[in-house]
Amino acid sequence: MLKVEGVEKSFGEFMAVNGAHLTVGKGELVAVIGPNGAGKTTLFNLITGQLKPDRGRIAFRGEEIASIPPYEICKRGIARSFQIVNIFPRLTVFGNVQVAVISQQRKSNTLFHPAQGMAVEETNRILESLGLIDKAWNTAGSLSHGDQRILEIAIALGNDPKLLVLDEPTAGMSPEETSATMGLIKGLAEERGLTILFCEHDMDVVFSIARSIMVMHQGRTLIQGKPQQVRENEEVMRAYLGEE
Amino acid sequence: MRMMNWRSHWPLMAIFIVLLILPPIIPRFYTYIIALMFVTGLLAMSLNIVVGHGGLFQFHHAAFYGASAYTFALILTKTSLPLWIGFIAAPIVAAVIGLVIGLFCVRLTRLYFGMLQISLGSLIWVIVFRWYDFTGGDDGIHGIPMPPFLSSLTSSYYFIFIVMAICLAVIYLIFKSPFGTTLLAIRDNPQRCEAVGINVRRHQLAAIVIATFFAGMAGVLFVVLERSVFPDLLFWVLSLEIFIMCLLGGWFTFLGPFLGAAIIVSLRTFVGVYTEYWTLILGIILILLIFFLPEGVMGFLLEKFGSQVLKPGERGIE
Repeated sequence: MLKVEGVEKSFGEFMAVNGAHLTVGKGELVAVIGPNGAGKTTLFNLITGQLKPDRGRIAFRGEEIASIPPYEICKRGIARSFQIVNIFPRLTVFGNVQVAVISQQRKSNTLFHPAQGMAVEETNRILESLGLIDKAWNTAGSLSHGDQRILEIAIALGNDPKLLVLDEPTAGMSPEETSATMGLIKGLAEERGLTILFCEHDMDVVFSIARSIMVMHQGRTLIQGKPQQVRENEEVMRAYLGEE
Repeated sequence: MRMMNWRSHWPLMAIFIVLLILPPIIPRFYTYIIALMFVTGLLAMSLNIVVGHGGLFQFHHAAFYGASAYTFALILTKTSLPLWIGFIAAPIVAAVIGLVIGLFCVRLTRLYFGMLQISLGSLIWVIVFRWYDFTGGDDGIHGIPMPPFLSSLTSSYYFIFIVMAICLAVIYLIFKSPFGTTLLAIRDNPQRCEAVGINVRRHQLAAIVIATFFAGMAGVLFVVLERSVFPDLLFWVLSLEIFIMCLLGGWFTFLGPFLGAAIIVSLRTFVGVYTEYWTLILGIILILLIFFLPEGVMGFLLEKFGSQVLKPGERGIE
């Protein structure tokens, strides 16, 4: 479904991503791991179009997407959440998701039809499945950090994506919240048949739910494989534990 | 829409009716001042489409107001076209200029947008100011002929009132539409909007065109009221004043800018009688406002009295 080949991106002298390879098959739950600064977030930004790669290919469902703007990529079926909470703080929780659903229905430019009654069913369904329905009329900015993180995912689901890209969905969460959230994500993947690409720091979580794991180190892909293969790989051990 | 809305809107209905019956019973001067408030209010409301709702620093909004007023004036004085053609053409000219300037500006963000916008807007002022043969330069154009049905102040008042009310209703519909909600989302977080599939620049550009069109409507109404145009209509000082109206009234509310416009017009009229330095009073009011009412006068009123009548879901957009 998604194929990243030899992608490179530098900021000035610094090579943030220096040869990344990644394959995501339909219906898979794929994790990207790596130490801080390995280039995971940059890679995600390249995939969803916030950044343009200097070199390399990114293909989604057989089409090259490396040079098209983020809103086009989203329309082709990739939605994402951000590592740092990235919501619409002055809108309600409902409004946050509704904007995405309206965009998905290609109605963002409708001028003379009240938005109030639009996309209500879909929006409520998403809020319900993520447990945010009770807070639907709260201002998004007033939610707790954990709830804002869930709202991140809810907005992404509003686009009814084929591929969901989650950049550290549990950043800043407590261990209990983390496992609850990952359970939620796993449930979503099964229930909606979603393909999910995510990165995550908690190794226990990653190894327990991911079908395939890609390891990044200093901007480079070390390996992509089944959890078992990754666990036994010497290069990965060295990257995590340091040389010798 | 619903009974609840009728209840929450009764103060508006009352004001509407009062404004309808006022002209015959108050002195001419006050009729004129209220009509001027309508025109300025519509202008401020049009700016707020892009500022309060779009989060764009449209610093030189008066350029479009003035451009439309001049277009209308020129059509009436230099051509024999009927009034209604000028009436439609002038706001469209404003919107087209808005589109062209907007095309350049939406490529930039935040303050850079504002800087470019103020420069390009000032260009229009320079053209009008310098082109004596065509625009009358700093003399402007005076004694613009009006048809009989707009001959008296009272009839102009009603005409302005009706057109303004229609414009406000349309702006309200736009705010409540998916287009408006999406615009709010862009104001809050443009990056996130791109990630949910919204073409942010095109959306902002559309908002600018709509805003400049309504600024153009205000420009036309100004000519109906004053029968003259002058370069100050598109000078940057006026743009600053409109910006302050939005801030003063509350740019996160629907009618806030209108209230702000009414306050500024009254200040200029009634304080201006006593002292040339009425802007000094305005300055003091603004400082107090920033400290005590950061959401503007209307924002304050709604917070104080509006919470019972508005559903929680409606807050932030009303």
